[in-house]
Amino acid sequence: MEGMKILDTGIAGTLESSDVMITIKKHSGVEIELNSIVEKQFGRQIREVVRQVLEQLGVKDALVVVQDKGALECVLRARLITAVYRSAGLAEVQWEVFA
Amino acid sequence: MPDNSIGREIPSEILAQFSRNMFAGAYVNTPHVRQDKGNRTLPRLNKLVDNLEQVIVKTGLKDGMTISFHHHFRDGDKVVNLVMEAISQMGIKNLTVAASSLSAVHSPMVKHITDKTVSRIFTSGLRGELADAISNGIMDNPVLIHSHGGRARAIESGQIQIDVAFLGVPSCDVYGNANGYTGRSACGSLGYAKVDAGHARKTVLLTDNLVEYPNTPFSIHQDEVDYIVVVDEVGNPEGIGTGATRLTKNPKDILIGSLAAKVIACSGYFEDGFSFQTGSGGASLIATNFIRDYMLAQNIKAAWALGGITGQMVALHEEGLIKRLLDVQSFDREAIRSIGENRYHTEIDASYYANPLNKGCAVNKINVVVLSALEIDTDFNVNVLTGSDGVLRGASGGHCDTAVGAGLTVVVAPLIRGRSATVLERVQTVITPGATVDVLVTDRGVAVNPRRPRVEEQLRKNRIPIIPIAELQQKAERMVGKPEPVQYEKKIVAVVEYRDGTIMDVVRQVRIQ
Repeated sequence: MEGMKILDTGIAGTLESSDVMITIKKHSGVEIELNSIVEKQFGRQIREVVRQVLEQLGVKDALVVVQDKGALECVLRARLITAVYRSAGLAEVQWEVFA
Repeated sequence: MPDNSIGREIPSEILAQFSRNMFAGAYVNTPHVRQDKGNRTLPRLNKLVDNLEQVIVKTGLKDGMTISFHHHFRDGDKVVNLVMEAISQMGIKNLTVAASSLSAVHSPMVKHITDKTVSRIFTSGLRGELADAISNGIMDNPVLIHSHGGRARAIESGQIQIDVAFLGVPSCDVYGNANGYTGRSACGSLGYAKVDAGHARKTVLLTDNLVEYPNTPFSIHQDEVDYIVVVDEVGNPEGIGTGATRLTKNPKDILIGSLAAKVIACSGYFEDGFSFQTGSGGASLIATNFIRDYMLAQNIKAAWALGGITGQMVALHEEGLIKRLLDVQSFDREAIRSIGENRYHTEIDASYYANPLNKGCAVNKINVVVLSALEIDTDFNVNVLTGSDGVLRGASGGHCDTAVGAGLTVVVAPLIRGRSATVLERVQTVITPGATVDVLVTDRGVAVNPRRPRVEEQLRKNRIPIIPIAELQQKAERMVGKPEPVQYEKKIVAVVEYRDGTIMDVVRQVRIQ
C-alpha cells in the first residue's frame, strides 16, 4: 500500500491505567518519544511494536509520542493505528495490511 | 544491733537472711516518687516537658542510639517528621530508626539519611520518595524489613533495644495514660505503640490533646512513660483514615472477592464459631461483604475477627455476625469509632497479635485469612514489598504472620495489573513463603497449593474453577508478554527478615537505565 502521510496532529487513547495515549505529529523521519510505567520491563518491545505498525502503514515521517500506563500490546497497536488514521485524515481502515 | 533511719533496731542477720538493705528514708530509693509531700505550693506532679528539644536532652539521646515510632497515623503522621527535624537540628548523628512502619509522608527522612542523622532503618514497609531513594542506594546499611509479629519478637527478646520511643497519642493525661480513640487525631488501636512503650529505655509521648487525669480507659500506661510533650498536631485526620473504607467498584476486584468468599464458604473451614481476618485491599475488603451473605444464608456466626479492623468488620460485628473483634490497628473512622464504643472490640498489641515466640499469639488461632499480593510465584511465594520494577513500594505487615497462623490462607490478586503479571515463575522478593499459602484466587481461576489436596477436593466438589498455578502463570504471560528481567546492582538495599528472625530474602539496588 502507498505510504500514509501525516497531515495533522492525531491523538488516540487516554491516560487511564492500562491504556496508552498516542499523539502523532508531523516530523521528518520517524521518531518515538516513549514514557511508560513499565519502561524497564517492556520499553524495547513497545518501541518495536510502534516501528512495526508504522512500517505496515507505510508511515515514513512522524513523531510518535507514547504515554503508556501499562497497556497490553493489542491496546497499543489499536491506539496507534487509530492515531495514525486520524492524523492522516482517513476514516476507512485498510485491515488487509495487518493480515 | 544497728538502727535504721527511723531508729528501729534491725538485726543484721535478718537483712542477710532476706537479702535486703536497711530502710533509709521514705523516698531515698524511689527517685520517681514525689519528694515534696506536704508542700502544697509546688506544681502538681506531672511529666510535661516544654518542647521537643528539651525532652530529647532529658532522654539522654546520643549518637548511635536507637529510636522508635509507630505508624498508627499512617499517611497522616506528623510525629516522625517533627521529631526527626528536632533531632537533626540538635546535630545527633548515626541513629537507628526502628519504626513499626514508614509511609509516603516520611519523605523528609531522605534528608536525614543524607546528613547522617540516620544510618539504619528497621521497618515493616517503605513507600514514596523515601522508598525510591533507598531503592536507589542512598543508605550505607541495608534497611531491615520485618513483619509486625517479627518486630514484636525482636523487641521483646531484646534483639532490638529501643533507647527512646517517641510515640504520638491522640489523647493523654499529665502522667502518661494515653488512648487512641479520643481527640482530633484519633487513630483507634495503639497496638504497635504498646510494645514500644513497654520495652523502650525511655518513652516519650507526644500529644495534641491533653486531658484530665486519669485518662481511662488507657492503652499506654503511666508506669511506662517518662516524658510528655504537647505539640500542635500529632496527625492529620485526612491521612489517618478515610471516613469508611470505600468499597471497590472495580469489576475484577468484585469478581475476585466474590470467588474468594465462595472458596471460604466451601473450604470446610466455614462453620459456626469460626474466626477470620481480611486485609484492606479492594478484593479482600469486598470479600468480607460476600462472606456476610454466606453467613446470613447458612446462619453462621463468627466467634471473632482479627486485624487490621475495617468498617466492614465493624458492620458485621454490630449486626451480631462477628461476636468479638481483636484489633491491633484500626484502618478507618468506623473502626476508630467502634473501638471506643463497642465493649467487645478489643485492642491488642503487636506481640499478642503475632509474636511467634511468646506463649500464644492471636494469628495461631485464626481459621481463615484473606491476603493481597503484588506478586505470587508458581511455588506460592508472595511478594508484597517490591513492585514489578524491583523498587520498594509496600510493606511486610502481618502478611507472613497470618499466613502461617491461619488454617486456610487465601491470597487474592488479579492475574495481571496493567501490563504486569501478578502470577510469575519467580517473585522479585519473598515476604511470605509458599509453604504457608493455601489458595490463590484470581479473576481467571483458583489455584490450590499441592500441599492441600483435601482443600482442593472440597473446592472441586463445589464447582470452583480450579487451575494449576503454572497454567495461571502461562496465561498471564500470554497476555502481557515476556518482560525483560529487572536489572539490579550488586548493592543490597534491604534485608527481609522472616517473623522468626531468620533472613528470608534481600532486595538489591535497581539499575538506572
